[in-house]
Amino acid sequence: MNLLELKQVSLIKGGKALLRDVSVDIWEGYVHAVIGPNGAGKSTLAQTIMGLSGYRDIEGDIRFQGESIKGLSVDERARRGITLVFQEPARFEGLGVVDFILAGAKKKERPVVEEALSIVGLDPARYMGRAVDRTLSGGERKRIELASVYAMQPRLLLMDEPDSGVDIDSIQHIFTVIQKLKEQGTTVLLITHSPDVLKQADHAFLLCAGMVVDKGPMERMYEYFNGKCTPCTHIGFPEVDKN
Amino acid sequence: MANTELVAELLASIKQHHYGPDVAHVEIHGNEVLGVHLVPGLEVSSRSLPDGVAVEIRVQRGVHIKNPVHFCFGLLPNQGVQRILSHTVIEEGASARFIAHCTFPNAVDVQHRMEAEIHIGKGASLGYFERHVHGPRGGVLIVPKTKVYLEEDARYTTEFELIEGAAGTVELDYEGVCKAGATLDMKARLYGRLEDTIHIREAVRLEGEGSTGVLTSHIALKDRAQATIENEIIAEAPFARGHVDCKEIVQGEAQARAIPIVFVKDHRAHVTHEAAIGSVDSKQLETLLSRGLTEDEATDLIIKGLLS
Repeated sequence: MNLLELKQVSLIKGGKALLRDVSVDIWEGYVHAVIGPNGAGKSTLAQTIMGLSGYRDIEGDIRFQGESIKGLSVDERARRGITLVFQEPARFEGLGVVDFILAGAKKKERPVVEEALSIVGLDPARYMGRAVDRTLSGGERKRIELASVYAMQPRLLLMDEPDSGVDIDSIQHIFTVIQKLKEQGTTVLLITHSPDVLKQADHAFLLCAGMVVDKGPMERMYEYFNGKCTPCTHIGFPEVDKN
Repeated sequence: MANTELVAELLASIKQHHYGPDVAHVEIHGNEVLGVHLVPGLEVSSRSLPDGVAVEIRVQRGVHIKNPVHFCFGLLPNQGVQRILSHTVIEEGASARFIAHCTFPNAVDVQHRMEAEIHIGKGASLGYFERHVHGPRGGVLIVPKTKVYLEEDARYTTEFELIEGAAGTVELDYEGVCKAGATLDMKARLYGRLEDTIHIREAVRLEGEGSTGVLTSHIALKDRAQATIENEIIAEAPFARGHVDCKEIVQGEAQARAIPIVFVKDHRAHVTHEAAIGSVDSKQLETLLSRGLTEDEATDLIIKGLLS
């Protein structure tokens, strides 16, 4: 069953087509990945699904649980159960870890924070008194971001480059949480150009120059990382795809 | 109203009802000292002035006061002037923390004027936290002026907080002078609403080798509130270190202005400055929106963090 459907979605910004006629079905209960070279439109796709500012004026339609969400704001989409973890999470001066995790939590209870922090491998006793600010490392910040998502229990989690800027220990915890969320019924869409991250997925889409050029089970799509990026139209946009 | 009733009402307005015997506290209503409870090593004396009250505070040499000393400054009627001249001495090697609660819960036309001079002796330290509790109408003029003198290796941290109720008009002026090895850390956190007008000046002169000064101003403004923040660091000694951090979130028709002045007179000194003024950070906002908060809820949470 499709949780999310993109139907012929195109996005043009500054005269450039960032997404071209993208149609994908995101099956409920699976971990999906979007792979492709830099500038292919992977992050753009996630931001378009989330409906961020500058990514709303699309052609085509986005349907979530059978209903169009094209006209919905970010928070309205989030309240339907969609959320996004940014490649570089924001830092909030002074905002406590507890307040941050509880902000979107399904249950506004302190034990929820303790459980969420434990799941991402952070000791609640050490982190509940801290702020989501510059004193946290990149890995800690990303894990706290994921803890907040775990507390939210979304229907669809969009994760942009989950391994960006994190150490090996952190990435293992992130992978554990992805699988845990899947077990609990969350559908996950990973944006990545990492073979290790792709291995977490059941199914993947290959995006190139804003177009979906291939899709299939993870094992077959993994061949992309062995240099077998086919079929590929290579139409010369963006510039980085020419080589 | 009897003094005991006034004290009770003052304390109730700051949600504080009683102190233990080992906690020193002083209550001043208008220009009258209503109550003083001291602990060993702490001296407080006062005298009435024609238009105010003068207060002398001293922590004796080498004494470390364990619990914070509470000062409650307030005016319960909706009109009036409170003028306090305070002179504080923290003697060599002593340490203390003061918490000042300034409460004007019914203000319509109230003035609170504080002229403070603080001397912190060699190796001594003082933490001073001042929290204002105002009513919703903002009919308050707040004029706190403080001059702090830090001897060698002395330490002074101060926080001025005005988050609850309407600020009214605030004219805050803090100045500090640091001798060698001394550290001064000033922080102001205010939330301006309605027609509030806020003017903050924080200045420190680092005249001693290895002295440090940090000036922090975190301000949130909405409605038609206005703020001007002046942060000034003069570093004139070798290895002096300074930092200015000014952040202001502006909403609605509010206006904010920041005027940083950094003056380095010795090539071995180093002063940094950062300022961010404007609307709520879009990435912070989008993160919270993507957790399902409305824009208003997300903005409130970001401001809560900034002002915490």
